[in-house]
Amino acid sequence: MSAQMLRVTAREALSPLVTRFRFEHPEGAALPLFSGGAHVVVEMPDGDVLRRNAYSLISDPLDGSGYEIAVRREDGGRGGSVFLHRQVVVGDLLRISAPLNLFALDLRAKKHVMIAGGIGITPFVAQLKQLARLQMPFELHYAARSRAEAAGLALLPDLPQIHVHISDEGNRMDLGAVLGGQPLGTHVYTCGPEGLIDAVAETAARLGWPRGALHSEVFMAPPPGTPFTVTLARSGRTVTVGAHQSLLEALEAAQVPVDWSCRGGACGRCETGVSACHGQLEHHDHWLSDDEKSSQTKIMPCVSRFRGDTLILDL
Amino acid sequence: MTLQFHDETFRDDYTFHNSPEGIRRFPFPFDQDSYMYSVNLEPHAGGRAGSPFEKRFDVDEHYVAEMRDREITLRDDPLRCQSLPHMELAGWDFLELVMVSKSEDYPDLFELHRDGDRWHWINRPLGIEQRFTFLDATTLPCGPLEYITRQTQGDHALLDQREGNLWMDAGMITSQADWSLDFDIGMNFFEWHAPVPKANEMGVFQRALKFLLNLQQGAPTRRLNWTMTVNPRLDTSPENYHKWGPEKRTITPATVGSKQYLRVELQTLWRLPRSNAIAFPIRCYLCSLEDIVTVPKWGRRLHRVLRDLPDELAEYKGFAVNRPVIVDYLEQFDDGAETSPGIFPD
Ligand code: HEM
Ligand code: FES
Repeated sequence: MSAQMLRVTAREALSPLVTRFRFEHPEGAALPLFSGGAHVVVEMPDGDVLRRNAYSLISDPLDGSGYEIAVRREDGGRGGSVFLHRQVVVGDLLRISAPLNLFALDLRAKKHVMIAGGIGITPFVAQLKQLARLQMPFELHYAARSRAEAAGLALLPDLPQIHVHISDEGNRMDLGAVLGGQPLGTHVYTCGPEGLIDAVAETAARLGWPRGALHSEVFMAPPPGTPFTVTLARSGRTVTVGAHQSLLEALEAAQVPVDWSCRGGACGRCETGVSACHGQLEHHDHWLSDDEKSSQTKIMPCVSRFRGDTLILDL
Repeated sequence: MTLQFHDETFRDDYTFHNSPEGIRRFPFPFDQDSYMYSVNLEPHAGGRAGSPFEKRFDVDEHYVAEMRDREITLRDDPLRCQSLPHMELAGWDFLELVMVSKSEDYPDLFELHRDGDRWHWINRPLGIEQRFTFLDATTLPCGPLEYITRQTQGDHALLDQREGNLWMDAGMITSQADWSLDFDIGMNFFEWHAPVPKANEMGVFQRALKFLLNLQQGAPTRRLNWTMTVNPRLDTSPENYHKWGPEKRTITPATVGSKQYLRVELQTLWRLPRSNAIAFPIRCYLCSLEDIVTVPKWGRRLHRVLRDLPDELAEYKGFAVNRPVIVDYLEQFDDGAETSPGIFPD
């Protein structure tokens, strides 16, 4: 995975929980341009743990002078976002991967409708800038619980196509109204909690939208769980995975090389064979098919876990 | 080394030829004495000096003649270049990639001057000078993909990425090994690969696609593919099969060395920045058997590979009818000695 050291040149609180970070090349070199929806993986050397989290880019895709991300502090999470909030200051150098896009706009669309829930607003911030350049029709719906939590408000331009739905103010998003009456050839993009993605899919199905016109960012952070142990078939070694650690992170800490890209169960890169499984794999990825999941012969170590007696991996 | 561009043809009188240096730098595709499909992808991050792997877009002694041949093919059949409307941005991305790479890698031959969106491009070998506005197609004589691929050796496909697949939604295809852009346009990775034997069952395409969907900018990758062609013909398209198919019958023990060519494709894969599309240049290199065998290692190895190749592959690649003559010819250059690992001459 190609990556480079970039300097933190700005940080700004967008809300009590969300902070914006800006990264630039230390010598001022231009960074690769990207497309709206792309993410980068940020490496965080936190004591003797090397954390790697993926964040959507929110800066202008056609501006190579810097990259920006907005990070929500997840106090119950595995520490990457807490590390960024607590420890990273302007002037620090962090390793940032080249941008990769698993949530790109479908440029065939006649119109783009974007639906964001909470911090799910981030990929759309860059997409809005791309759409403005391409002069394509769009509409964005941003749902948040309260105005104080709606960090995205600081990132969105003041445009009539942008609709904000604050549930505390009794202004909940009505998906039927959003999706109904859109012109033929419209594509809809959803990013946010799984419940929102499912609700959009159901509403769209009810209204007869073609499946190919629906897109969602299935990205997610590795969920915590109970600690477990895996055995590596080739060496016979065992590796223990902590409650707030992913299997991928535990393998990396044990110097076992596993390929990866998104670290969020979406890209398929980390797919690993299972040679024996006495217990239950907890699949959290969006890559394996249902059949593959139930066969218990493959696991995506970036997000998935295990509960049971023995798990032997083809590693 | 200054390049001497050949005045040569890829049709009718077939005056194409490789210089002695051209033969030495030929990308011989076999790193061992047998061949089977595999996910043979490696980083396209330079290579041996003087080899076709060294530069991002190799320019060689055939450049000017190949571009002339493309012009003839396009004049007869404009559908060899197509771009679905949503692919124009990818066309610009690709134009930028080629212009930047060539002007940096071959400053004597190509120059690019940029002042914001106002660009000035100079292509010395083809005698082209163009001022235009980047991302404004009205300032070029044709679309960005067609413009830059009329000046870049090799065929080029642009793949849109969506729904966990790649879609062949644009391309400039005039030197293909018997497949058609007009037929494949709009197809996805599995659909356009459907005619290939064995590889799908081997899981080659599934694994290759998974890799490509995660292809990163600035980390291009490459692979070699090969087939056999009678006469040094670039346009071996299904559309023109009636012109080149019958030429297979001209192969005899007397003509096989000079008329039978090994055709190698250096395929590279590039993630494009603004469009998130993938560019797939397919660069074709031709070398006659009599030139191949001037490198003893290659003569020995090609004999063994072609002799032992599974029938389905020889059939698919279209040289099964001539395989006995080819293998008989090559046998005289195989003394049974061991061959060294890797593709390069000893
Ligand atoms: C994404 C870019 C690619 C494009 C546009 C592409 C396109 C094609 C096309 C059009 C054919 C001819 C099929 C026919 O007979 O009609 C072909 C053949 C083939 N492709 Fe690809 N391909 C791509 C990438 C790959 C990759 C990454 C692999 C890696 C394993 C691969 C493996 C093959 C093989 C093994 C054949 C058979 C070739 C032969 O035996 O001559 N392709 N490809
Ligand atoms: S790294 Fe992408 S699915 Fe695991």
